Amino acid sequence: MKNKVVELDQAVAAIKDGQTILFADWHGEISAEEVITGVIEKGVKDITAVAVSGGMPDQGVGRMIVAHQVKKLLTTHIGLNPVAKEQYVAGELEVEFIPQGTFTERIRCGGYGLGGCLTPTGVGTAVAEGKQILNINGKDYLLEMPIRGDVALIKATKADWAGNLCFNKTSGAISNTMAFAADTVICEVEELVEVGELDPDEIDVPAPVVDMIYVRKGEKKPFCPMWQRAKAKAEAKAAEGGK
Amino acid sequence: MALTGRALIASRTAKFFKDGDLVNLGIGVPTMCVNYLPEGVDLWLEAEIGIVGCGPTPKWADADPDCIDAGGQPTSVIKGGSIIPHDMSFGLIRGGHVDATVLGTLQVDGEGNIANWIIPGKVIPGMGGAMDLCAGVKRIVVTTDHCEKSGAPKILKKCTLPLTGAKCVTDIVTERAYFQVTPNGLVLKEVAEGYTVDDIRACTDAEFTVAEDLGVME
Repeated sequence: MKNKVVELDQAVAAIKDGQTILFADWHGEISAEEVITGVIEKGVKDITAVAVSGGMPDQGVGRMIVAHQVKKLLTTHIGLNPVAKEQYVAGELEVEFIPQGTFTERIRCGGYGLGGCLTPTGVGTAVAEGKQILNINGKDYLLEMPIRGDVALIKATKADWAGNLCFNKTSGAISNTMAFAADTVICEVEELVEVGELDPDEIDVPAPVVDMIYVRKGEKKPFCPMWQRAKAKAEAKAAEGGK
Repeated sequence: MALTGRALIASRTAKFFKDGDLVNLGIGVPTMCVNYLPEGVDLWLEAEIGIVGCGPTPKWADADPDCIDAGGQPTSVIKGGSIIPHDMSFGLIRGGHVDATVLGTLQVDGEGNIANWIIPGKVIPGMGGAMDLCAGVKRIVVTTDHCEKSGAPKILKKCTLPLTGAKCVTDIVTERAYFQVTPNGLVLKEVAEGYTVDDIRACTDAEFTVAEDLGVME
């Protein structure tokens, strides 16, 4: 069985200018944060980023937007990243807004060998512009096309060295879908275990679709910057009230 | 004392729910609805990221970076709740399994169109999961201030901003009135204490008929 554990430089080496990268972040949380730091330091450019949101300026994919490494963003929401909005309004960042259910389904199509999907979402809105509409049993559906990436950047709670992944609670989010839809799947993991330690029932993504496992070096489960700020604010408020 | 303002909106909206409903609530006033649920009504609250049965926001000491809601904030899961993958979460939404959603808005109109995801060139958050909710949820309640801060109406004959959903809204609740959306247009079902039908007409751009059993909102 192949050992897929790599060092950071090997993971970062797989990421090149002009690629399409799927980021499994959720507003920049539950992200492959150390790999993203490596990619920022490497200075790759002209990336097409696919992410549920534009992250935050100091979290996840949002940091690559701030570093002007992203030329196009396929996403559902940029409301938490004012820098993404500025770049979009200034014409520096191309943004394709995709309804969130359609977003996940298009990536699923990309990974599951489907030529697209038919969804009622967006019928009668700007999202339908330029898209084929099919009427099935009296109801209109948009034909939405698959999305695939050169690379998927995922964060898992646990992995074995063969590449089986487990996600704790909501930290899986869209990761399992993205893991099928990229040529190279890189997973940053909090905890590495021996092959055989994971119960087959608890594995969320099977080893064969994963290419690289990078073991997180820093704090395993840190509060993201947004949480740190909110917590500090709450504590300051409580201290004030206590006086 | 009678409820007013956003508390009244939340209280009236909470009456739409039945015990055991699976519900998706937008942020702000929609989330306040859970504070006004009738006795004996428990809901399954859905979070787009993949939670069926969101619980209360934990204290920071108990917050788990692996347990987050649609907005990326700490959340908890109720007893009996489940965590599902994101694609399955939207299967619930599009597939007609969600009984009701409550959405805030920029504009809503007499045909049941809703526009709440973009003001081109100005406010550009994106639609998130709102378009999917509009496409698949059985009851779509719009909660909104009746008018803009400027006094301009928000309930229009026809939305002028890009739509989130076409002809999908079933109910509109403001601090002044509750309208049902029907194939024949809006029906004024209830008015808040202190308002007359003429008051509502004066601040509503959309045309509406008045229900025979017009009631008082509470």
